[in-house]
Amino acid sequence: MTRDGSASNNLPKPLWLCAELTYACPLQCPYCSNPVDFSRQRDTLKTGDWIRVLREARLMGAVQLGFSGGEPLLRRDLEAMVAEGRRLGYYTNLITSAAGLGEERLKALKQAGLDHIQISFQASSRALSDFMAGTEIFEHKLAAARLVKQYGYDIVLNFVVYRDNIDQIDLMLEMAGEVGADYVELANVQYYGWALLNRDRLLPTREQLQRAEAIAHEYQERWKGRMRVFYVIPDYYEERPKACMNGWGSIFLTVAPDGVALPCQAARQLPGIEFPNVRDHSVDWIWNESPAFNRFRGFDWMKEPCRGCPERFKDFGGCRCQAYMLTGDAANTDPVCSLAPRHDVVLSAIATANAAASADDGKRDPRRQDPAVIFRNARNSAKLSA
Amino acid sequence: MAVPDRDTVLVVSSKFRLQWEPAQQAYVLLYAEGMIKLNSSAAEVLKRLDGTRTLAAVIDDLQRQFPKAAVENDVKEFVNVAHDQGWISFKQPA
Repeated sequence: MTRDGSASNNLPKPLWLCAELTYACPLQCPYCSNPVDFSRQRDTLKTGDWIRVLREARLMGAVQLGFSGGEPLLRRDLEAMVAEGRRLGYYTNLITSAAGLGEERLKALKQAGLDHIQISFQASSRALSDFMAGTEIFEHKLAAARLVKQYGYDIVLNFVVYRDNIDQIDLMLEMAGEVGADYVELANVQYYGWALLNRDRLLPTREQLQRAEAIAHEYQERWKGRMRVFYVIPDYYEERPKACMNGWGSIFLTVAPDGVALPCQAARQLPGIEFPNVRDHSVDWIWNESPAFNRFRGFDWMKEPCRGCPERFKDFGGCRCQAYMLTGDAANTDPVCSLAPRHDVVLSAIATANAAASADDGKRDPRRQDPAVIFRNARNSAKLSA
Repeated sequence: MAVPDRDTVLVVSSKFRLQWEPAQQAYVLLYAEGMIKLNSSAAEVLKRLDGTRTLAAVIDDLQRQFPKAAVENDVKEFVNVAHDQGWISFKQPA
């Protein structure tokens, strides 16, 4: 997140605070990064708790504040939190599906001082978008995006990219152009939470990716100075892992709806780590002192091949959650890395997904059920976490 | 080089917010989901852009404060970069 850094002191600061205000969401996207067992968590933080977290994190140097979820607009106290965040000097970002975003709400958020809004889209067509969202919301999203623009915001569209829509990224980009977006993110699904469950259905083929990347680059050139196009490839197809969260406990602090503090949205699933709750501890203690936030800080925890690898300063060994999900040990090298002892699990995931893709070649109806889509909803969550 | 006339008013672009960060002991430019930490000379220029000052006024002001520095060239160079990056925009005086 930082550029042009001439850091005067090197102690990590939680520059980015992500406030996951609720796990509730009217959408059911099967690539949601929320925990699969989200339905177990009921006891959400009250407004006062959140305000205290905002204040404490700000004192420690947090500057970016993301309101996320679930759907953050479901909380009626969102405006109050935005106002306090802005008063404290945060740059306030709303990360939303646009469900519940009408003119009145937008006016109130603007008045509260909200700086920025990002709206996610499931696809460029109504049929596929509404199927993936599990609800009819595509037209509303488009209208909301236009409204956001009218209110003087830069509009950022975030398209989540997966096998069934990746061949339409030119249409996504045209749609963004038509809405007047300032910034488009074409973000390939990252395989956490619900997305991992649905991986065989979602992961694009290598050919699809190459084609999509070429189109994205073409538009980046064509729209230079008018709209920024950001393309994120799925890390499974990379040779080296991503610098996940810029390193564990380095700049990023997430607080889950029930107050559990995490170094990233997915970390909660890691076994053997007790993540502290903001109800019991100060943000300062959590960030600086808690065993959880120090568990994978720095480089001493690493095993080979990371431990002796010159690239460890660049990628921090990749993603701890991915290492755990795919190899069973969070301290292993992220298996995305071609040097990882368990790189084979990523190769076989790619092979399985590519085989599934060629088996359903030509069957373009998004409602087809092979493999079946597992939607992110409370019923499935209860079933899967029983 | 995109250096404007001396009577052009310089403003920090609406997509960015300039503020002092005590925790970093530095001025920063905040924008959607990101931050640019500024060195002190960049900050000295940007904090003078209040929406009324012209390029000439910024240079004069800085020259008074730093009489021994080659202010004019440094400011023009920075203004060029800052404009390219979209941090500032140019406004012709009314």
